[in-house]
Amino acid sequence: MKLHEYQAKDIFAEAGIPVPESRLAASVDEVMEAVEEIGYPAAIKAQVHVGGRGKAGGIKIATSEEEAREAAEDILGMDLKGYTVEKVLVEAGVDFENELYVGVTMDRGEGEPVAMVSTQGGVNIEEVAEENPEAIAREHIDPAFGLHPYQARKVVYDAGIDRDVANDVASILTTLYDLYEERDASDIEINPVMITSDGDVVAADAVMNIDDDALFRQPDLAEMEDEAAEDDLERKANDYGFDYVRLSGNVGIIGNGAGLVMTTLDLVDHYGGEPANFLDIGGGAKAERVTNALDMVFSDENVDAVVFNIFGGITRGDEVAKGINEALEAFDEIPKKVVVRLAGTNAEEGMEILNTDLVEVEKTLEDAVQRAVENAQEANQ
Amino acid sequence: MSILVDDDTRVVVQGITGGEGKFHTQQMVEYGTNVVAGTSPGKGGQDVDGIPVYDTVDEAVDEEDADASVVFVPPAFAGDAVFEALDTDLDLVVAITEGIPTQDMAKVNKRLTEVDTRLIGPNCPGIITPGEAKLGILPGNIFESGNVGLVSRSGTLTYQVVSNLTERGIGQTTAIGIGGDPIIGTSFVDALELFEADENTDAVVMCGEIGGEDEEQAAHYIAENMDTPVAGFIAGRTAPPGKRMGHAGAIVSGSGTGTAESKISALNDAGVPVGDTPNEVAEHVEDFL
Repeated sequence: MKLHEYQAKDIFAEAGIPVPESRLAASVDEVMEAVEEIGYPAAIKAQVHVGGRGKAGGIKIATSEEEAREAAEDILGMDLKGYTVEKVLVEAGVDFENELYVGVTMDRGEGEPVAMVSTQGGVNIEEVAEENPEAIAREHIDPAFGLHPYQARKVVYDAGIDRDVANDVASILTTLYDLYEERDASDIEINPVMITSDGDVVAADAVMNIDDDALFRQPDLAEMEDEAAEDDLERKANDYGFDYVRLSGNVGIIGNGAGLVMTTLDLVDHYGGEPANFLDIGGGAKAERVTNALDMVFSDENVDAVVFNIFGGITRGDEVAKGINEALEAFDEIPKKVVVRLAGTNAEEGMEILNTDLVEVEKTLEDAVQRAVENAQEANQ
Repeated sequence: MSILVDDDTRVVVQGITGGEGKFHTQQMVEYGTNVVAGTSPGKGGQDVDGIPVYDTVDEAVDEEDADASVVFVPPAFAGDAVFEALDTDLDLVVAITEGIPTQDMAKVNKRLTEVDTRLIGPNCPGIITPGEAKLGILPGNIFESGNVGLVSRSGTLTYQVVSNLTERGIGQTTAIGIGGDPIIGTSFVDALELFEADENTDAVVMCGEIGGEDEEQAAHYIAENMDTPVAGFIAGRTAPPGKRMGHAGAIVSGSGTGTAESKISALNDAGVPVGDTPNEVAEHVEDFL
């Protein structure tokens, strides 16, 4: 789960990391009130979950009332890489001399958190990592002990940070690691940390992503989840508790288990079709869950045909068949053709129950996918 | 024959009194697995279908001479359950639980370097030696005893590929689901090493997916160290960058690492044929035998 910049900054500020004065605003009037209090120059920053906001026109600096109004009008309501901007952060501009990068993330290859510091802040850090990896100093952290102060100092020195501010940067890094651990973050970053002409250190941006699997012990963060960040179908999937990703094709896909569902997507592509979605009903699904899955896929107007691919381990074929029947019997006319393939636990019982007036049945994965691709092509003609 | 588990393996089920624990204990016993004990804090002294329940893993291991455990403990407590298992002298711990926080697993991962116990999982279907024992949730009836090893990050994909093998009359030595999480105990390389050393395994199937670089490392290991032929499959060719596809690990970063393409080409470079469909994987295995 991603937090917005303003949410992350609140958490950072509370932990003692210096951030610029700021206000959240949702209308042009609120922006104007905010700049009046904060003064000029002020940064007006779109609060949406996309990277590269600045380049995409989602961040503007205003030095006058006129510029502030213009920026607010431009940014509020704008479409930023598919997301509508509903809130902006109005923030005091910082007069800076240098921009640094500081972050903590999980190095999955090593199975350990890693702290990173670089003097190349204010730019796309992924590009720096790719093109000039030695510009980022790294220090792995033993998760049992946490980040020792000597390690924080070491990585700051290794990055070549100016001695005048090294202690302040190390202290920010230590606080960041503490937050990373306490709040179950998967990533936590400040890019840039600005060094002002007075030698002050200020977090001018804030990135904080939380491990979804740990939200049960971070209830206050879970509440910050921003529903507007998802489209309607993704929100629906969230309510049903499905792993769901919407894609651009027209063959709807339902299956159990991430690997098998991904494989079904790949086979749709292999046989000349285009997947409309990834939908994993998970393990041990009961009839109601199956009904919900069909409801999900039928709600996507791009879908022309559906393939239902179940290989039961924990999941039982008879439960799945019951759910499919229940879902489809509710329609006078079934909106899209459904092909079912059932294998594994209780598959035979499932096949006996399955109402084949409502669905087509194929025995193998390959046949089921090919049939669904044909159905989608026919529906499209 | 087999790696890691066989009909001598003496198994403790952690979380045996829970719904999942109870159901799959019955399934494991029915399959022939030698389940000797269960644990559930506070329920020591009870029994589940005649299997004694203990408060602690330590007690279960001491009293019943167990050498492996299977963890069916809910995610909030599963990290602790694995720590408890690693604090005894078990040879093998299989963690089925899905959704363990990554930072909990980082701590477990650290502890693994300090003990002699092997961990499989978490978020995995477990391990099976057909005809002898299964530790986990795999459907026993699709497996046949034979001479092909299988290692996979995904449960249901394992079932799919195994059924393609079994339909052709190709049986398995052992199948291991290593799990789809970013931090797991046993890696592809660990499993391949065990299969390479097993004289009864004549070919290996490796099923990977997008995300991480474990498959690339495995490809390197195969090229350098393996005489046993390997056939591969990679799920997620059509996955769009930046989206998480179910498994926590199954996310493609924008920069080209962790993509299906990079994994397939690494495997091809190591002499591993990669099937476009699970059925093609079985065909490649047939060619090896």
